[in-house]
Amino acid sequence: MGHDEYQKHDAKILTPSFIVLLTLTLIGFALILLRFVKGIGAVSNMSDGYPWGIWITYDVATGTAIACGGYAMAILVYIRNRMHYHPMIRSAILTSMFGYGLAGFSVMVDVGRPWNAYNFFVPSKWQANSAMFEVAVCVMAYTTVLIMEFLPAILTTLEKTEWKTLQHLLDRVYSRLGMERPERIGDRLDKVKELAAWARPRLDKILIFIIVLGITLPTMHQSSLGSLLLIASTKLHPLWHTGFLPLLFLINCMYIGYSIAILESVLSCYAFKRPFETKELSGLARIIPWLTVIWLSVVIGDLAWRGQLAKAVSFDFYSRFFLLEFCLIAGGSLLLFSKRRRESIRWLFVSAALIVLGGALYRFNVYLIGFNPGKGWHYFPALAEVMITVGIVAFEILGYQVLVKILPVLPKLHTREQLAEAHQHTVGKKALEH
Amino acid sequence: MAKPSRRQFLKIMGATGAALLAGKKASANEGHKINNETIGMLYDATKCVGCKACMSACKRVNGDYGSLSYERAKFDTDGLWDAPEDLSGSTRTLIKLFKQSEQEWSYVKYSCMHCQKPSCVSVCPVAAMTRDPETGIVDYNKNTCIGCRYCQVACAFNIPKFQWEKAIPQIVKCDLCKNTNLPKKGISACAEVCPAGAIMFGKRKDLLEEAEKRLRENPGKYINHIYGAHEVGGTNHLYLASMQFNKLGLPTLKEDAPAEFSEKIQHTIYKGFIAPVALYSTLCFIAVKNMKGHGEAEKEHDTKTDEGGDH
Ligand code: SF4
Ligand code: SF4
Ligand code: SF4
Repeated sequence: MGHDEYQKHDAKILTPSFIVLLTLTLIGFALILLRFVKGIGAVSNMSDGYPWGIWITYDVATGTAIACGGYAMAILVYIRNRMHYHPMIRSAILTSMFGYGLAGFSVMVDVGRPWNAYNFFVPSKWQANSAMFEVAVCVMAYTTVLIMEFLPAILTTLEKTEWKTLQHLLDRVYSRLGMERPERIGDRLDKVKELAAWARPRLDKILIFIIVLGITLPTMHQSSLGSLLLIASTKLHPLWHTGFLPLLFLINCMYIGYSIAILESVLSCYAFKRPFETKELSGLARIIPWLTVIWLSVVIGDLAWRGQLAKAVSFDFYSRFFLLEFCLIAGGSLLLFSKRRRESIRWLFVSAALIVLGGALYRFNVYLIGFNPGKGWHYFPALAEVMITVGIVAFEILGYQVLVKILPVLPKLHTREQLAEAHQHTVGKKALEH
Repeated sequence: MAKPSRRQFLKIMGATGAALLAGKKASANEGHKINNETIGMLYDATKCVGCKACMSACKRVNGDYGSLSYERAKFDTDGLWDAPEDLSGSTRTLIKLFKQSEQEWSYVKYSCMHCQKPSCVSVCPVAAMTRDPETGIVDYNKNTCIGCRYCQVACAFNIPKFQWEKAIPQIVKCDLCKNTNLPKKGISACAEVCPAGAIMFGKRKDLLEEAEKRLRENPGKYINHIYGAHEVGGTNHLYLASMQFNKLGLPTLKEDAPAEFSEKIQHTIYKGFIAPVALYSTLCFIAVKNMKGHGEAEKEHDTKTDEGGDH
């Protein structure tokens, strides 16, 4: 694994978008505070009929799928041996780390008795029949794995840092206090540097086993996210309730993962004014239709087998959502079958967006829209409930924006050709703006 | 290199599918057994007079178990009456009146059904919901519950309720007076106070026998069905009524327990943890091999330009 393949993005941290995101984050967190003081009922429209609202549906079930970019890229880079995608993996892992970390965080907001969560570590309380147990343990483990996968970026920075900002800050504090800065602080900082330098090569040696763990864990819990709804056989609409839920969720997170890697790369190149990674992206885009085709065949085959095809085209409430989901995914992949479109940033963006939307809608259909606990129950998220989710997502983007500016995350631009390409692509960017 | 690894990858995916199909087959011949020695209640809607004595007795004895708070009716500004509209975070049992017409009506009592194969127990990640194998009582422990509400999603009867308005909420549902009236008096509070004999408390087998007897001796009075005898794998709370059960708010359910189906699939995938371990070792093998290959390829890379694309 080369270490010179990544670079920091040199730019100001305080931008207008930073302020907007920060505001949204603060609103969200204020509402979270309210939830802990006044109970979940005070901020949400969840009820005994719909005990899972958009927090579980979006933050956990959909959010972790969207955070599967790191997972999908890791499969590609390390298992399918296309090492030339390697430079793209760090930013994918960073987004995954945020996605998963914050999914874990929002679970703590959602569950009613979070202080009892330590029971997950008490073997006598383990309940292996529960898909939720499996999801919880795997998500915790995977978040740890993601942090370790990202550690090299932090360690390299620690190794190289001169602690200028920190030293300035300390100097100022001490001069205010009218004291000299003690020598040992400098020593301590040097120690940290040494430690980072010591740890990094050692981590490098075992990193591959951690990375593979980072492929195994999502494979397990993403399919278990589908298993969660297996039990609701009387509540989930037959268009979505099937024994194949675990398999469908697994494939679903993969094509969402690759599509997100495309979207993320296009958006961050656009926002950070870098050349588009067209070659890599069109390579990625080749894989997606294969996955969606498998997925769609399982869906159709299973519906036919269970005799539910007629329901799918009955154009009632459920059928419409099913068809929408179907068309978004099928439409997006159809676009990607053409080589010409795969090489155009605009089409790549459009088709990846369609597939992410369709894939996310599938998860919403399973968790909320297709879920019907019986007569008299209705659910539509409350404003405060939505704002909490928005706050969490805003925090995610905020963190990404800041970290790529202080840590080497984005692929390095070194060759002259790349710089020339960068120039060319400004034209492409303009086209995208329209 | 790309091709064999793609095949390997598809193989892994195929294995998941195969496991699912195997799971389906297995569920057909195993299946759980109903234990008729466990205890429960038989509610006879035709005997119920709707006095709601059971409701207040339930709140009285279970006060310190989190269901004492009374609920106000909308018109009751002084809060003089307890007027729950449905089961909730403060009401474990409820009597409702269903009117088909002026002449045809029926009371119905709602509470936990104490399933033989309870979904709530099957899904609870921390074993806060438990079923006592001897008594068959499905009990809840607030000291382990994390409040994830999966039990609510899972229960086909929508029984577990959550205290949405509390900063320190818990799940509330009938526990057959396991910690209150039952150890003290050997009978559930609601059955104890019922003045009309509409609630019979006892062993499941005695309750079934009695229900069959009533059906036999009063032809035409009842719908010829003991609700709960087989629904979702059998429940310990049984019903007799003179009106269709689904009209009384008791869902029409199949005989197999949903928990059987979901556990089979979950167990097939995770049996002995073989599949995950196999997946991990296979992936490690491929990844390490690829890494080595990459080391050599990198040397070539200097002289050759990357072609990109997928082949
Ligand atoms: S009725 Fe619902 S809450 Fe009661 S035991 Fe059955 S599944 Fe659990
Ligand atoms: S809410 Fe509590 S009792 Fe219900 S499944 Fe979750 S942890 Fe178990
Ligand atoms: S058995 Fe006890 S807890 Fe259950 S409804 Fe009757 S009185 Fe209430």
